[in-house]
Amino acid sequence: MSAAPETARAIRDAVAAGSRSARDVCRSALDRIRDADRQLNAFRHVDEEGAMARAAEIDARRTELQALPLLGVPVAVKDNICTRRMPTTAASRILEGYLPPYDATVVQRLEQAGAVIVGKTNCDEFAMGSSTENSAYGVTRNPWNLERIPGGSSGGSAAAVAAGLVPLALGSDTGGSIRQPAALCGVTGLKPTYGRVPRYGLIAFASSLDQIGPIASTVEDAALAFSVIAGHDDRDATSTAAALPDLSAASTSLRGVRVGVPRALMSDGVEADVLAAVEGALKVLEEQGAVLQTIDLPHSRHGIAAYYLIATAEASSNLARYDGVRYGVRAAGEGRTVASMYESTRGAGFGAEVKRRIMLGTYVLSAGYYDAYYLKAQQVRTLIGNDYEAAFEKVDVIALPTSPTGAFPLGERTSDPVLMYLADVFTVGANLAGVPAMTVPCGFTEAQLPVGLQFTARKMDEARLLQVAGAYQHATDWHRRRPSGLEKAQEVKR
Amino acid sequence: MSSILAPEEVERIARLARLAISVDERDLFARQLTSILQYAEQLREVDTTGVAPTSHPLALSAPLRDDETRPSLSRDEALKPAPDADLGAGLFKVPRVLGA
Repeated sequence: MSAAPETARAIRDAVAAGSRSARDVCRSALDRIRDADRQLNAFRHVDEEGAMARAAEIDARRTELQALPLLGVPVAVKDNICTRRMPTTAASRILEGYLPPYDATVVQRLEQAGAVIVGKTNCDEFAMGSSTENSAYGVTRNPWNLERIPGGSSGGSAAAVAAGLVPLALGSDTGGSIRQPAALCGVTGLKPTYGRVPRYGLIAFASSLDQIGPIASTVEDAALAFSVIAGHDDRDATSTAAALPDLSAASTSLRGVRVGVPRALMSDGVEADVLAAVEGALKVLEEQGAVLQTIDLPHSRHGIAAYYLIATAEASSNLARYDGVRYGVRAAGEGRTVASMYESTRGAGFGAEVKRRIMLGTYVLSAGYYDAYYLKAQQVRTLIGNDYEAAFEKVDVIALPTSPTGAFPLGERTSDPVLMYLADVFTVGANLAGVPAMTVPCGFTEAQLPVGLQFTARKMDEARLLQVAGAYQHATDWHRRRPSGLEKAQEVKR
Repeated sequence: MSSILAPEEVERIARLARLAISVDERDLFARQLTSILQYAEQLREVDTTGVAPTSHPLALSAPLRDDETRPSLSRDEALKPAPDADLGAGLFKVPRVLGA
């Protein structure tokens, strides 16, 4: 294992103090990416020129910009978030070469906070997947074991942070797409409350579930990034006007914190190594003064079924806009009528998983099936949400494994969609209920693969979520471990 | 719910979704979508009598802003990413719709 990488906070402080130039920070991030990414394929696009120009601007205006919270921090952005200076493809052929005419709100906010956006990260096509194997541009590899998946769909962002290429990255989370890859790559990931972070400029997958959030190497950095990107934006009708939480006084004490553990949910299908690591983490929480309490989330075992009906229904509608007219690619030939142009463009432009989901969603919304599938799933969603509300009357946070297994081998699940979907069994609940959730590293499997511990809190209570996760991280050092395989390439460069 | 999807049914869905699929894809999707729908059948076990559906996790009202003009994308900026457009005339271009 190599040493912990520099945090965003440390970089920001050094740049603000003038002890390190933003150009130097940016140059070394770009060098690390160039060296490591041949193996990882974490990046879809690296904007070397733009990033260095931005870094030079920061250095030139340092005294004026000194107070900015992310001054000079290199950040990577998932490729389903629009950037005006960089192609944005959502890892799909249908958007190959697409240069958005505007920046997402989160991108604007990062830049206003002094961040240097270095590139776009690989993901499952349109964020649909749990392994990043659905990218049209090749799989991203897990830095802990190059023969394994990094998780998904934000696999590129998680791998980039885990490999120390950047201290901070943005992902999006519809059913676990920030938390599961962060867990499998041994880093920290936060899915904020639904509506907390504006989605203007996020390529829509399932609009009642999608949320943008940070992937970082510490809870403190995740909190820092969260406070930059969160907050109301009137360009997103689902953006909440609720006041932002005060994160300044986060205590490292867990004394008296009530932690709910849904034992029944964890009793089935969880790898023994994962369970052992999570039990170890629960013990740490208890030693630090937290009070563990068994709770029940009785409808969560139906979460995957409800989630995949709701998410695909929404996706089938959202992805109707890719028709070869306004952006992206149009299929050549055959286009004698508009309808056949649509069909051939979409047939050639979408990958297998995206087609599968569009078709499933179209089916469950179609006449005669709506009540049996879609409406039923929405009713079960209500019950899942009610379970969380009842639990939060008794406890402050809920603790669960993030993923039932460590990172699985490349190719293991690609031919079995249901098996792939089950990777999200512990993460979809937070999206269905709209509550905030985050993952922190809590150990390793015997095969030296990272294990993540997931915390969930009440709606809008990111302050409690970050406090508890931060206190756990304060008491442990799992988050400081880094994969050693890529170290050589980095060392040589230094 | 009867959740065996015949290949003809898959073709019908593909047409509804405006997706050209190959014969191989049709047969693969028939199998895979069937297994996903069979998995989803577990929802039948859940008693949802009288349960209101959730379409959205937050109770949101449709927020309104003041009705004032704001800058937006120019026509050229909006047309630029199109695979086929006539910037001079300000048009997206598609195959002929009328009289085809």
